[in-house]
Amino acid sequence: MTINPYLKKINQTPHANKLNLQLVSVKDTSATLLLPFSEDIIGDPINRLVHSGAVTTLVDTACGVAIFQTQNNFRAMATLDLRIDHMRPASSGVDIYAYADCYRLSHTIAFVRSTVYTTDMEQPIATALATFMRSNKDFPVN
Amino acid sequence: MSPLKTIQDLKSKQDYAGLAHLIPYAKSIGVETSMVGNNIVSTLRFKESNIGNPSIPALHGGLVAGFMENAALLHLIWSTELKNIPKIIDFSIDYLRPGQAETTYSHCETIRLGRRVALCNITAWQADSEKPIAIARAHFLLSSNEPIK
Repeated sequence: MTINPYLKKINQTPHANKLNLQLVSVKDTSATLLLPFSEDIIGDPINRLVHSGAVTTLVDTACGVAIFQTQNNFRAMATLDLRIDHMRPASSGVDIYAYADCYRLSHTIAFVRSTVYTTDMEQPIATALATFMRSNKDFPVN
Repeated sequence: MSPLKTIQDLKSKQDYAGLAHLIPYAKSIGVETSMVGNNIVSTLRFKESNIGNPSIPALHGGLVAGFMENAALLHLIWSTELKNIPKIIDFSIDYLRPGQAETTYSHCETIRLGRRVALCNITAWQADSEKPIAIARAHFLLSSNEPIK
């Protein structure tokens, strides 16, 4: 299996760069990304829990990377819909991982599911399902 | 001052603009809040760091979702008496148009406010409020997550 070399450039997306998203691993049709903890992603100042929006951005990006890997090119995609279920919030100070698998690639649509976890993928903090519109334009990377 | 006390303080002063600064994530992506009628409207001025696809350029889809989740959260904090920050249970978003490099707005409508759970409809738009860029719905847990007796 070859790793799509462009995947290492994921942080050329300004917002992924701001959240410091990092590529952890890729395999066949899947990818794992890391959202490192930072004070900027706190959503609940009382209990110091991570904001669900940062988790959604992690999931959306992980899904995109899984699609790049499955397509084996760098054609852009646009999210059509995304649904995420939050089993439990992530506490502050903990790194968050999203595993995303592109389980079906049709001519125009990519279908992806994702599991979000902190230490154990068997005990996810969230799961998500998303569909993406595929495009024939390349994603801009240098 | 504890965050809960700050919320009560902001409400009593009708300081809805101070609401967004309470949530570090909202502050970091650049959320501002205003009052339109009796509703909180969240505003997100364009920022380079919120871009997802630089070639269009378009806002990051995940960021648009996060902005809308936060708009619902602020709406619930402002419009209900809570002892805790509402916890999101699920969130489902449909993207209708790419988010252009311009100011984005979002407002939330509570469909059902129960004792324990709230259901919200959330809309995001840019220059034309008749042309939303995304619509979403979410459930929030309002009470503490105690075991069912």
